[in-house]
Amino acid sequence: MAASIEPDTLSTPSIDPEEVAKFSAMAQEWWNPKSKFAPLHKFNPARLSYIRQVLCTHFKREGVDKPLSGLKLLDIGCGGGLVSEPMARLGADMTSVDAGEANIKTAMVHAEEAGLTIHYRHGTAEQILAEGGPEQFDCVLNLEVIEHVADPMRFLDDCAALVKPGGVMIVGSINRTARAFATAIFGAEYVLGWLPRGTHRFNKLVRPGEIEAGLKTAGFNVHTPVGVSYNPLKDSFFISGDSGVNYLMVAEKPARD
Amino acid sequence: MSTHTSLQPDFEGDVVIAGGGLAGLTLALALHKAGLSVGVADGLPIDTQLEEIFDGRSSALAYTSFRMLDAVGAGVHLRPHTQRIEDILVVDGRPEDGVKAGGPGPFCLHFDRREIHPKDDGEPLGYMAENRHTRMALAKASEEAKLSVFAPDRALHMNAHASHADLHLASGKVLRAQVIIACDGKYSTLRDQAGIRTTGWSYGQSGLVCAVQHDQPHQGVAYEYFMPGGPFAILPLPGNRSSLVWTERTKAAEALQTMDIEPFHEALRARFGDFLGEVSLDSPRWCYPLGLKLAERFIDERLVLVGDAARAIHPIAGQGFNLGVRDGAALADILVEAKRTGLDLGSQPVLSRYERWRKTDSLALVAGTDLFTRLYSNDHSLIRLGRGLGMQMVDQIPLARRFFARTAGGETGDLPTLLRGEPLSV
Repeated sequence: MAASIEPDTLSTPSIDPEEVAKFSAMAQEWWNPKSKFAPLHKFNPARLSYIRQVLCTHFKREGVDKPLSGLKLLDIGCGGGLVSEPMARLGADMTSVDAGEANIKTAMVHAEEAGLTIHYRHGTAEQILAEGGPEQFDCVLNLEVIEHVADPMRFLDDCAALVKPGGVMIVGSINRTARAFATAIFGAEYVLGWLPRGTHRFNKLVRPGEIEAGLKTAGFNVHTPVGVSYNPLKDSFFISGDSGVNYLMVAEKPARD
Repeated sequence: MSTHTSLQPDFEGDVVIAGGGLAGLTLALALHKAGLSVGVADGLPIDTQLEEIFDGRSSALAYTSFRMLDAVGAGVHLRPHTQRIEDILVVDGRPEDGVKAGGPGPFCLHFDRREIHPKDDGEPLGYMAENRHTRMALAKASEEAKLSVFAPDRALHMNAHASHADLHLASGKVLRAQVIIACDGKYSTLRDQAGIRTTGWSYGQSGLVCAVQHDQPHQGVAYEYFMPGGPFAILPLPGNRSSLVWTERTKAAEALQTMDIEPFHEALRARFGDFLGEVSLDSPRWCYPLGLKLAERFIDERLVLVGDAARAIHPIAGQGFNLGVRDGAALADILVEAKRTGLDLGSQPVLSRYERWRKTDSLALVAGTDLFTRLYSNDHSLIRLGRGLGMQMVDQIPLARRFFARTAGGETGDLPTLLRGEPLSV
């Protein structure tokens, strides 16, 4: 999730056999609920549940086994694959991109161990667009990444271009509010120590309204954002109506007539 | 850990359950009905026809547990064989306090199911059922649901891999799933093989368990008498029968188990009183040492402990089976949600949610039961007075009575979907 120096070219890294042990150990770390990634594991179930619900409703899917079969999904800023792997298990045809090479290698090793097929690429949304052209994906997952990129609005445009007509984009981020500063930055980084200090910078945060404006310009129908709120008694997150801190937004690209 | 194993498994699915006892089969059916693929292995045949010699003991099923049996399709087969518990009478009594004559002691506490479920046909506080009937009802439900059952075939050991785990059975069969659930009881092999230690202690007391016949109808009332040697419970069975849990110092309990029938009847009458008329033994006598056994962890790599494998608790509060059901209902919520969202069912983030949820509940119950045992198996006059006054206070306050009645019914804390009586599916 931390900001990375963007790679010069899009690539599918090959992993040196000598590196496998190292990346396998890093994967263990990503998937360990007691590691520094603990907050992500607490956060993950609520957003996965929401994403599944949105996709099943939008694409009129139901059923227990692999409801997302045949859908092409792009996960931008995939990290260790905490969202990509569940989506692949639900049947999605996954392409997952991250600007951090170590993240991509870690994710590749873990997916291989889990027996999942995911197309992992080291690179950026801009490079995916340059390589394959627009309108490649039924859904673009743009989760906890826009607050880390250099030019958020251009990044949003690139992501928007990648969505097929009739497809959907899901954006998740942290709001730029006093409360978000108090909880998601000061609380999570300085008081609870959940995230490394400096993970999020306040002036880099993006408001839902700014994303809405950007996506409307790109021709999307944007839904009201939902919140992802923390319940301290249950020590877990849930989808709420409060988008003042963590939020998720759904935007649909109209189908061509 | 290896990624690939060459051998072809005999079953491959989401979940494999080792142990098809009451807790294991209930959970297996719940997951199966919710849409997961489940395999179950048990060392004994899972049969719809069982003789009394299989297990003549009875258990109290909290009303929330029965909701889960209903949800998995076993309740309909079991209900005709159950006795509803309409009232619970808790009596702090010693023979010289008048219990000999069957009357209550100076302090008593009365719970009436109508206080929490007022409708004429409302849920009782609990149900009494013979264990074999519960097992037969679950076997019937398993047959109807076409559950994948491997029995009689004992689970020997498991191997955890990066993406799955294999359970090896005595027959040589291999069952493969993302997660293995150990429902293999107090002496769980899988728990011990995983190196999960248990802590526990015993009370130097044993519970004599048997069924009795009596002349007068019990009206669905359960009695719990607190005596210096330990609690004495009379739990209503169908007809003019009751199940007894008679707790004494271990030596005394063992003597009661082995003594001839005539002196036993004499001792029984002295303790039981005559408020239900003439009483006589109507089953074998079983004797169990009272103790607690708690696993230090409830999870390991691709392994979850459920029921007695996680924590064995002595029969004082009749909560053993109910705890197993509650474990299962909580785990069902977590695994179904994980399946719905595409998570690896055996991964630590998923399994640790189960551990967090159940460990708090277990510790509270273990501590409560322990305190209860020590407080009530005590004849110090001040303690007797204190507990008597406490009971009197609860008895005077309707809100407190309803709270304890719901607690006895298992309706406390963070209640899983199936115990709320709601459907669960992916």
